[in-house]
Amino acid sequence: MSEQDVTEVTVTVNGTEIEAQSGEMLIAAADRAGVHIPRFCYHERMSSVGMCRMCLVDVDTGRGPMLQPSCMVPVSEGMIVDTESDDTKRAQEGILEFLLVNHPLDCPVCDKGGECPLQDQTLAYGPGESRFIEEKRHYEKPIPISDLVHLDRERCILCDRCTRFADEIAGDPLIQFTERGNSTQVLTFPDEPFSSYFSGNTVQICPVGALTAAPYRFKARPWDLEENESTCTTCSMGCRISVQSSRNELVRYLGVDVESVNHGWLCDKGRFNFEAVNSDERLTSPFVRDPDNQRQLLGTDWGSALASSAEAIRRAGPQKVGIIGGSRLTNEDAYAWSKFARSVIGTDNVDAQLGDGLPAELVLGLPPATIADACEADTVLVIGPDLKEELAILHLRLRGAATKGRTQVVQIGAATTGSDSYAQRSIRCQTGEAAKTLSELLSSDDPLAKQLSDGSVVVILGRSSVAESVDPAVATAAVIQAELPHATFLVAVRRGNVRGALDMGLAPGFLPGRTRISNPSASLTEKWKQIPEKSGLGTSEMLQAAAAGQIETLILLGADPLSDFPDRNLAADAIQKTKTVIAIDNFATSSVAQADIVLPATAYGEQSGTTTNIEGRISRVAQKITSPGSTRDDWMIATELAWRLGGDLELTSKEDIWREIEQVAPSHAGITLERVQSSEMFEGILVQQSSIDLALPVPKDTPVADGYGLRLISGRKLWDAATTTEQSPSLRHLAESPSIKVHPNDLQRLGIPSGTEVRVISTRATENLTVTADDNVQRGTAILPFNQPGVGANRFIDATAVINDIRIETL
Amino acid sequence: MTFFTDENLALAEEIIGRYPKPRSAMIPLLHLAQEQEGWVTDDAMTQIGELVGTTSAEVLGTCSFYEMFKRHPVGKYVINICTTMSCALMGAGDLMKHAESRLNVKSGSTTPDGLFTLEGAECQAACTEAPCLQVNYRHQYRVTTDQFDELIDELALSDHDVPDHGVLSQIRQHIPEDRSVGAVPPEDVKVAPVWFSEDGGS
Ligand code: SF4
Ligand code: SF4
Ligand code: FES
Ligand code: FES
Repeated sequence: MSEQDVTEVTVTVNGTEIEAQSGEMLIAAADRAGVHIPRFCYHERMSSVGMCRMCLVDVDTGRGPMLQPSCMVPVSEGMIVDTESDDTKRAQEGILEFLLVNHPLDCPVCDKGGECPLQDQTLAYGPGESRFIEEKRHYEKPIPISDLVHLDRERCILCDRCTRFADEIAGDPLIQFTERGNSTQVLTFPDEPFSSYFSGNTVQICPVGALTAAPYRFKARPWDLEENESTCTTCSMGCRISVQSSRNELVRYLGVDVESVNHGWLCDKGRFNFEAVNSDERLTSPFVRDPDNQRQLLGTDWGSALASSAEAIRRAGPQKVGIIGGSRLTNEDAYAWSKFARSVIGTDNVDAQLGDGLPAELVLGLPPATIADACEADTVLVIGPDLKEELAILHLRLRGAATKGRTQVVQIGAATTGSDSYAQRSIRCQTGEAAKTLSELLSSDDPLAKQLSDGSVVVILGRSSVAESVDPAVATAAVIQAELPHATFLVAVRRGNVRGALDMGLAPGFLPGRTRISNPSASLTEKWKQIPEKSGLGTSEMLQAAAAGQIETLILLGADPLSDFPDRNLAADAIQKTKTVIAIDNFATSSVAQADIVLPATAYGEQSGTTTNIEGRISRVAQKITSPGSTRDDWMIATELAWRLGGDLELTSKEDIWREIEQVAPSHAGITLERVQSSEMFEGILVQQSSIDLALPVPKDTPVADGYGLRLISGRKLWDAATTTEQSPSLRHLAESPSIKVHPNDLQRLGIPSGTEVRVISTRATENLTVTADDNVQRGTAILPFNQPGVGANRFIDATAVINDIRIETL
Repeated sequence: MTFFTDENLALAEEIIGRYPKPRSAMIPLLHLAQEQEGWVTDDAMTQIGELVGTTSAEVLGTCSFYEMFKRHPVGKYVINICTTMSCALMGAGDLMKHAESRLNVKSGSTTPDGLFTLEGAECQAACTEAPCLQVNYRHQYRVTTDQFDELIDELALSDHDVPDHGVLSQIRQHIPEDRSVGAVPPEDVKVAPVWFSEDGGS
């Protein structure tokens, strides 16, 4: 039904007239009117199937009352509904008695007990007693259907929620109803587990305890749980979650349904990586390098660690200090660090991105779109990373828009992606040449050119490959700005609160509130007193300077350049040549292990504040548990260091910081603390204002491949060696070991059989890796995931090159 | 996955081509797989999934819904003795008992030589001819115990015209080019069907 056909209709429910929209299901209209109709299979984010019959109510459309499933009956004018009639009650009792015929009622040992719709609705609407005395159905008690999800078929009431989710929402129909009648059961294909990135959602929506999550099984009972509403900061999508703990330990995250962002869904990485917060490997006290044995870190107290840090910063002087990282931080913490760097240290060498993102100018200055805009646009043009791997729930939203709505997804890129299955067109281009391909397309008579220039367009723009520089993405932005001026952008930078960190000025040349350093607001100048005049260095330049011995003190603010910066050699060289490396982190990552001073910070769930997602939406992150050991919030560390350097940030609490942000950051003006603490924060507060006028540089031409090498393409996988994944016991083993993928013809040309170990050579490194032939890889290219456990692509990449080539040789 | 023989693969492609959506060919392909192997193997389901563009799990879901797709090896001849009302009244119970002792297997199992699988089945729509049974879905009417023995002897000697289990028909449908209505997905049908037009399409 198109939007114009929707009309208002009036329906009488239990004697009260309610307004509803024609076409909507009765159960949804009743929900809005505050009348709850019991249900098992109906889910507002999925299509109605009428499987369970729990929602039967008396419906009279002029022919007398009749029992009808309210999740399958669209409202119509004059409909009279009784959800409490005797017939309805009898039906409800009957359905529940039926459902319980085969249900084991093992509530005392069931994870769902206490929050189980079957339990609750049996109590509220059930018959109280069963006439069934026969033997119940028996199945093997829980069988794992994936590494993360267990299935207890005895408990299943065949509501089709999990299977519907897998097929309709996730697009991974790996679980199915098999057999029929009394033997119907949910199953996977033998040896083909339900390894969907979104499998955890089925556990959350299962109305009984048939599906349980490995990381939560038998961890807590719902009545011991405490919860706080928060936002996932694993990637920059900002899915809303409920953080749940028991006895001061995080035990579970649940998705919260927010219309503008995640519709209640979470990816498994975001859902289950709470385990990392509880890890025994957490840094809980400060460390300093042993002066007698450089290879060892010694435990120390905060006082001396802070004193030595301050001393190292003072000694280096503003030009020789660099701060890398900040996207793990909340907005408030990022602000404190931004202020500390500029007003106390006096340096502008700050960068929240690790050389794998996009210029802050693009992120902050391109005309912004929201996720909802993308899902309503005529065309979404994706030129960037594989969204399924990097921004999983954005992928889910787009998939929904493409499969259920009228949005056409068009991709331009050198590699296949997880969006291919729902894209209207996936245009393959040469590595780094998306801009060229796009401008050729736009000047051709391809109907797509007209579709793009006449209809609404949202561009999801990011780095298509970490093995190419930012130039191709900048060039793409330039083409779009010139030829599709009506297009708006969602900039696909993926790391946690990177958006918020940039908004708070953790980027060289930028100040809080999306302003350039040359153009500070009056209130900012007044509060900060000192602001560097010139733009400082970004991560890449800082590391280059450090490698050249021009940085004396490097502060890693939750950053691990050895794993995350595209060019590992440069990062290693930089860290080695820097006199003092100060790391503020949760874990001893490979970079932290090289640091001279290690300051332990509080982690997610242990700190409160706000975060900003990919579209610029500010939402809340909540503290649920107390932090271990003597860990401190990042903003406190900044304040302490400031004091020791003779400055004063004049920030005494997170609330305080927010008040200051609201005053000094022009884009955030009017977003008062009261608003941030109000219920408005459920949907989040969207900040779209920006005073940045873009001056896009003229892009360089991509060098031609020499025919001898293969052009390297590298992106991240959802399951990789990311710290929080590695520190989560349930997730750690999900990351595949790295293998380099090449087109079978290229392999044949080289005379190398698929599956063998080969020598991979670039200007940066020579390493041994397994090579796999893959038809989906374009000829002349090689795909290597960026950060799998083992050899990552960062060993081969030269960050100063526009593109990177590799060679493959037999051992 | 390679399960189908080259010949059957070509046939599979042809069958898929008859439908506007490849998925619609799933059941015909399951029959083809059963014809080739006598039962539907996991490999067959995986290849069918690949051919029609779905997951193996979806093929399994469909396949396992239907009693007549066997997902374990069965004999060359599957004997279904009707056990529903009319047949039961006319001696199906005795017939089954006799069959079990003659074949020396329990209902639901296969003889060690792999020739016969014995099963009880629901009404076969031949109630007037009770008790009845089917051999590879070919009816035998008013079966006495003697007739049953005779039938088994004939089958064992291959002195009969019952094809192996899995073969639905020995004549394969072929739609000549000029009789084919063409495969157009419903959403692409833009004109009313001929029988809707005033002159009946003539
Ligand atoms: S496992 Fe749960 S969600 Fe899936 S069909 Fe059974 S009851 Fe429904
Ligand atoms: S998509 Fe991103 S924000 Fe959402 S749950 Fe996954 S990691 Fe968290
Ligand atoms: S909720 Fe309506 S039939 Fe299940
Ligand atoms: S009862 Fe046996 S065929 Fe109908």
